[in-house]
Amino acid sequence: MNNYIYIAVMAAVSYTIRVLPLTLIRKPIKNQFIQSFLYYVPYVTLAVMTFPAIIHATQTPISGLVALIAGIIAAWLGAGLFPVSVICCVLVFVIELFVK
Amino acid sequence: MNDKFSRKIFCDGMRDGFPIALGYFAVSFSLGIAARHAGFTPMQGFLASLLNNASAGEYAAFTLVAAQATYLEVAIITLIANARYLLMSCALAQKFSPGTPFFHRLIIAYDVTDELFGITIARPGILNPYYTYGAILLAAPAWAGGTACGIIAGNALPLRAVSALSVALYGMFLAIIIPPARKSKIVAALVAISFALSFVCNYLPGVSSLSEGTRTILLTVIISGAAAILFPVKQDAEEAAPVKANDSVQKGDNVNE
Repeated sequence: MNNYIYIAVMAAVSYTIRVLPLTLIRKPIKNQFIQSFLYYVPYVTLAVMTFPAIIHATQTPISGLVALIAGIIAAWLGAGLFPVSVICCVLVFVIELFVK
Repeated sequence: MNDKFSRKIFCDGMRDGFPIALGYFAVSFSLGIAARHAGFTPMQGFLASLLNNASAGEYAAFTLVAAQATYLEVAIITLIANARYLLMSCALAQKFSPGTPFFHRLIIAYDVTDELFGITIARPGILNPYYTYGAILLAAPAWAGGTACGIIAGNALPLRAVSALSVALYGMFLAIIIPPARKSKIVAALVAISFALSFVCNYLPGVSSLSEGTRTILLTVIISGAAAILFPVKQDAEEAAPVKANDSVQKGDNVNE
């Protein structure tokens, strides 16, 4: 077994999955169900991937949970991508200085 | 047209790509540790990440490689773990103006990831590929470099630093989904339902044994499908916004008027 062939296999599969829809679907989809479905997909996917993963990503669930709540509040108040990320990171870092 | 090169749009992409690159570096650093277990050299890890751009997919594949799996098995696990990118690419295909040159689709397809998809789809109006290129320019090298560093340095970075950096990605996700949730009760409810069901599925016997990627696909299809049936999006609502108005909309969007 050769690592470079493994890499080639992984890369070929990953790229095919991404390029086929992008190149095959050239015209705007008129079907209302599909249109609505695709409109909701990003929000649902990102939400599903955020929770509960965020509380498992940190060393203690508490710091992850606080980061989640603070991130929601900051984003709700209009903070952009970078500020929200920084707030979450700093909170986790500070909390884990105290909670272990 | 809105798909031409503009320095401002490219820089916007780099600005939004910066936190992504930061988070990528941290995540792919730990991915590098898995790659080392699979016997990858730093160069091989760099290549694998540069060509795959997939956290869960690469992790799953590295684990199989470490267990000396066949090429076919690695292909299948990559397909399953990355299947959600198929959905994302479908959604992205709709963001392209029919007039945008074809080759942009081939380049954008290189780096459809959760995060880059998130910031690209969050831009109002049609897709300007140069925005995404700006983000990719920072994100892709950080992802590949982080993997290589992870293989080299192993556990050198303090655990607390890795822990703090790892929430950067989730913070970004929140910044993408919360502002629309504030504007639309339906999106807000969907986010809450997605959180709840994802939590339940994480612990429910049977379902929890599925891989994270598979659970993400199932939940996405079920929740989005139900929402599309119950709350169809009015076709005109999105198209009504004239392309010309995009720049002013984008400026306003960051401060969330």
